[in-house]
Amino acid sequence: MSLQEKLPPRDEVLREFQKKIGGNMLLLAYKLKKWFPIRRSIKEVLLRKPPRYVRAVDGITFYIREGETFCLVGESGCGKTTTGRTLIRLLDPTGGYVFYKARPETLKLLKETLGEKVYISGDYIDLTTVPAKKFKPLRKELQIIFQDPYGSLNPRFKIKDILEEPLLVHGIGGSAEEREKRVLKALEDVKLTPADEFAYRYPHMLSGGQRQRVVVARAVILNPRFVVADEPVSMLDVSIRAEILELMMELKRRYGLTYLFITHDLAVARYICDRIAVMYLGTIVEIADSDTIVENPLHPYTRALIAAVPEPDPSLRHRFKDVPIKGEIPSAAAIPPGCRFHPRCVALDQHPELRSLCTSEQPELIEYEKDHWVACWLYQKK
Amino acid sequence: MPGYVLEVEHLKTYYYTYKGIVKAVDDVSFKLKEGESLGIAGESGCGKSTLAYSLLKLVPPPGRIAGGRIVIDGVDVTRMSEAEVRSKVRWKKISMVFQGAMNALNPVYTVGYQLAEPLMYHKGYSKKEALEEAKKYLQLVGLSPEVINRYPHELSGGMKQRVVIAMALILQPKIVIADEPTTALDVVVQAQILNLLKKLQKELGISIILITHDLSIIAELADKVAIMYAGKIVEFGPLEKVFLEPQHPYTQALLRSIPRLRGEKSKLEWIPGTPPDLRNPPLGCRFAPRCRFAMDICRREPPPEIQLAPDHRVLCWLYAKR
Ligand SMILES: Nc1ncnc2c1ncn2[C@@H]1O[C@H](COP(=O)(O)OP(=O)(O)OP(=O)(O)O)[C@@H](O)[C@H]1O
Ligand SMILES: Nc1ncnc2c1ncn2[C@@H]1O[C@H](COP(=O)(O)OP(=O)(O)OP(=O)(O)O)[C@@H](O)[C@H]1O
Ligand code: SF4
Ligand SMILES: [Mg+2]
Ligand SMILES: [Mg+2]
Repeated sequence: MSLQEKLPPRDEVLREFQKKIGGNMLLLAYKLKKWFPIRRSIKEVLLRKPPRYVRAVDGITFYIREGETFCLVGESGCGKTTTGRTLIRLLDPTGGYVFYKARPETLKLLKETLGEKVYISGDYIDLTTVPAKKFKPLRKELQIIFQDPYGSLNPRFKIKDILEEPLLVHGIGGSAEEREKRVLKALEDVKLTPADEFAYRYPHMLSGGQRQRVVVARAVILNPRFVVADEPVSMLDVSIRAEILELMMELKRRYGLTYLFITHDLAVARYICDRIAVMYLGTIVEIADSDTIVENPLHPYTRALIAAVPEPDPSLRHRFKDVPIKGEIPSAAAIPPGCRFHPRCVALDQHPELRSLCTSEQPELIEYEKDHWVACWLYQKK
Repeated sequence: MPGYVLEVEHLKTYYYTYKGIVKAVDDVSFKLKEGESLGIAGESGCGKSTLAYSLLKLVPPPGRIAGGRIVIDGVDVTRMSEAEVRSKVRWKKISMVFQGAMNALNPVYTVGYQLAEPLMYHKGYSKKEALEEAKKYLQLVGLSPEVINRYPHELSGGMKQRVVIAMALILQPKIVIADEPTTALDVVVQAQILNLLKKLQKELGISIILITHDLSIIAELADKVAIMYAGKIVEFGPLEKVFLEPQHPYTQALLRSIPRLRGEKSKLEWIPGTPPDLRNPPLGCRFAPRCRFAMDICRREPPPEIQLAPDHRVLCWLYAKR
């Protein structure tokens, strides 16, 4: 398995997807990979064993339209966070392309400072070609809401300082007065009012929900275009989750944001996402609009996930839940050959004729029905 | 007619901190028939775990049971000495799967040892007998008997949770408390653990007290439901009634805030504000500051307990006859 897979030329890939999706494609990840090297034991080093990797994100392809809320769902460890961070270059990808439709002024600036070194074609820039040190202009456009609202706010800083920091880093807002105005406005945007009172509190003086609103404010204060929201409500009580979700949707409408929304909760995904991508062990196994994923899942893994979700319906009481899946999730360092779901696949038991294929070759993600993508041999026309 | 396996009357469990008394469980009463299962739901910090610790008489300091009675299988345990509780009640009549217990398994001992130890200690089994029994319990919770030789780090999260459940069962208690038994688990594993609990309930006839902040999970398992808010049970009743005809404004709001996977996508609601500080709860109804129906009296006086039906009650002024 080579680290650098041979990919088709960028122009070709971009053209193909532009033709297919049209001009409102904001972002396209193509065969994106992030492998983490595993520390080798002395023995392995001495025996010159090849390095091993955790294949956290292993060649995934998807696009996000402008103004869309696109969801990544899947079990713990399947690579959701790594995908989000690699997309916006908080991690450097191991392989693949990320085409992003940047704002014209950003593109112009990058073109001037970097010239031929970066891939720019029309409105799109391949984020993977931007040197890490030159990424700053793009950072404003690409923001993230981190998974842990408790860990992500510095307890020693006042809310005002927390929100002012990104402005200072990017040299935005000019005078201290203007910056303060922006901070207060951001607090009002997330409904922490009276803003001039909340600005002078410390994180520990806020409830969990209020803290999460500060995190949202920090993500939008730079006026981004694309926000990765990594489990923004998972740590919150059910009774206040809807409030944060509603707030995020309102900000999206107001500022024309596009979200990559990461969650392990399919019910939440259904409420707020336009389309859902289901991940399993570093790959995407299915993509469709939210209702289709819930009502007509194709991939055997998606079917198991949907079947497993508990329902607040007392008539289901005491009935055993039939979750069509076998065994346990393997480690990302020991991925099964062929379709990586095959050891757990119940559908495969019903289709013995597919066995040799499923156990030896990885199925590609194909568009089985319009806008409904699935990676499973059951659906490949061979 | 089965009798009550658990009766809790006016239970108060407080934490005596430097900054004041935290009234984590404040005048809680309920009864449970033999074999009946109870779901306890409520927001983080409402006192669910503290209630569970109280039932086992394992309230951590600076907490202490400050009043009320707990009767387990006909015996008042509130009056018992610690030695008596340890030899007669804890683990034998009532046991518990602690919140996060699967990560608290002792890493230096095998699963077999950790299961067998209480049998040797409490029942005087020989090591060989105890290990045989341990194997039986592993099978009961859906694990291979070969797991006795493994160490906790060699098990997946779901397997560890099964081991912890086996540990709670091994002295054959009548009541098993499971505190957030699936919270840290992925949804597929969660469904499998819930299936296991359903099976145990049926096969062993035990009462399960399932504690969770997730009402969907309670709907899968419980016969009765207690909705807790700020140290009090605000609604108690049969599962169907509480879920289909919730009466307390808090229960109603909580049910409307759950996103559902299937069926109509109604607009999600939320409960504005946050739960009160339990050191200094509001004078009247503790939910009043967040309640959309709150009246003057709600802010002034604690609400009475209203019996809506023989098995359904709420703590709310809306139902008081005036
Ligand atoms: N810095 C790292 N070094 C090595 N391995 C890593 C690193 N970060 C993540 N991994 C591994 O990559 C895989 C994917 O992790 P990731 O955090 O992306 O999953 P996730 O889907 O976000 O999970 P969760 O739902 O638990 O947040 C896991 O096996 C994880 O252990
Ligand atoms: N050792 C302690 N000292 C002081 N206060 C405590 C202690 N343990 C718990 N509390 C307080 O008692 C209240 C009830 O806590 P408890 O852990 O029982 O809640 P819970 O409903 O189980 O919450 P969660 O859903 O987060 O597990 C909380 O307000 C908590 O802060
Ligand atoms: S490709 Fe084969 S093993 Fe994989 S999910 Fe489809 S049927 Fe199952
Ligand atoms: Mg993650
Ligand atoms: Mg608890």
